[in-house]
Amino acid sequence: MATEPVTAFLRPRVVNVDGVARRFETRAVLDDVSFELRAGEFVALLGRSGTGKSTLLRALAGLDVEIEGHIEVPACRSVVFQEPRLLPWARVLDTVVLGLRGDDARQRGRGVLSEVELNGHERDWPKTLSGGEAQRVSLARALVRQPDLLLLDEPFGALDALTRIKMHALLQTLCRRYRPAVVLVTHDVDEAILLADRVLILGDGRISLDVPVDVPSPRLRTNHAFARLRSQLLAQLGVDEAAEGLHESPVKEYVS
Amino acid sequence: MSTTTLGDGRLRSHGPELVTLSRETRAPRRRVRVPRGIERFAGVLLLVGAWQVASSTGMLSADTLAGPFAVGKTGWHLVQDGTLTSAMWVSLKRVLTGLAIGVPLATVLALLAGLTRVGDDLVDAPMQMLRFLPIIGLEPLIVLWFGIGDAAKISLIVFGVTFPLYINTYTAIRALDPRHFELARTVGLGRMGTIRRVVLPAVLPGFLTGLRLAAAVAWLILVFAEQINATNGIGYLMIKAQQFFQTDVIVVGLAVYALLGLFSDAVVRFLERKALAWQPSR
Repeated sequence: MATEPVTAFLRPRVVNVDGVARRFETRAVLDDVSFELRAGEFVALLGRSGTGKSTLLRALAGLDVEIEGHIEVPACRSVVFQEPRLLPWARVLDTVVLGLRGDDARQRGRGVLSEVELNGHERDWPKTLSGGEAQRVSLARALVRQPDLLLLDEPFGALDALTRIKMHALLQTLCRRYRPAVVLVTHDVDEAILLADRVLILGDGRISLDVPVDVPSPRLRTNHAFARLRSQLLAQLGVDEAAEGLHESPVKEYVS
Repeated sequence: MSTTTLGDGRLRSHGPELVTLSRETRAPRRRVRVPRGIERFAGVLLLVGAWQVASSTGMLSADTLAGPFAVGKTGWHLVQDGTLTSAMWVSLKRVLTGLAIGVPLATVLALLAGLTRVGDDLVDAPMQMLRFLPIIGLEPLIVLWFGIGDAAKISLIVFGVTFPLYINTYTAIRALDPRHFELARTVGLGRMGTIRRVVLPAVLPGFLTGLRLAAAVAWLILVFAEQINATNGIGYLMIKAQQFFQTDVIVVGLAVYALLGLFSDAVVRFLERKALAWQPSR
């Protein structure tokens, strides 16, 4: 998204992670993780499976109490999990405003539901929703709180490719409107480049790479800067594009 | 693809044999279709008819089992002189009182055991042990404690109702999805909010299953308790009839028990349908 790194630097710091470690039994999944986030900054967190991306996100969400090190996050933050995590017994609008106080909560809930193009579904049961619709409810539930930090744990991982493209566009629109700082955990390099201002790669329990995404919008996969960054990220993740035969044509791969 | 000669000499050309799938091929239509309900009713009618024929021809003496017609007539008389309705009311009141005490008791115990560690240790272990007691075997003790009045019958029902309801509710609490608790935390629900919005609705299906079992158990125990010693109620009516060989009255009593049991089951089913509309299987 069009964020100038120079101005980003001037914005207030909203996340400060310093020397964070997390051990399960004897294995240290996170060893020494440190990074900062500025207000409104969209960061993608990449890493091979098992590198502790979700562990770090859960730590930021405050769901992990056994974390070591220093973490500062905004009081108002929201999480979108990989599964929509709707309560099967709560209708859509009730799910969206869950835990929200104030007389205008339901009104705001309706507003956000229409922003995720779900007006008319307020009284639906979760069982009647498609996967994409359910994830949009989950996104609405996160945004209605107007969080300063939005944590996304592979939110599009379980969606089909076509729905995912639509969700990317929707997320971009909504982030421009609500302007939260975002941490997006993903294993999809293209998704990271498409959406983020900055990419962090997690490896061996540390942030092994921290790069800005300097790709002009619209960020097309055919763009040279896109392809270059993609190669760099994949190399850092231990994937040799040429050897894996991914290099020929990103477009072709995308279409097939 | 070329043609092949099958084992039986038929010629097969161009790929496998195809069949047409449609409603007709899957479920062949019967020539005459009797609605299911009528068909089922006919079965019952046949049975009652055979019973009536056996009574009318004297194969079945009235001292063994009164015929359906006689039972119907007696039932009608008992309703008209108020005997049956007042007995029914007395019995119903016992069951309802037992449920009114047992249901909240079981619910509170299950919540305590399911949601707090101390409660789990203090409540669940004894409950799991006590539930293997045959409730009906408590009768002698209960009579010593409460005499032979209503209190004895009701407390027996309370015992019987509490266990199935406790077990089902407790199991449902234990099976709560930890991810829902996580969600409750991320949206900032407090402890009470979590219980109200997450725990109680999630536990409701298990609770209602327990309630249905409890209602069935309540009637079972009532029948037993009313036939041991009672001065009113349907069981009393039946025991008195036994002394005078009034098999028709006994059958009326049985029918009323069955109807009341059926009715209470229908009430819980109705509650389930209303309260659990969100369940994926509904």
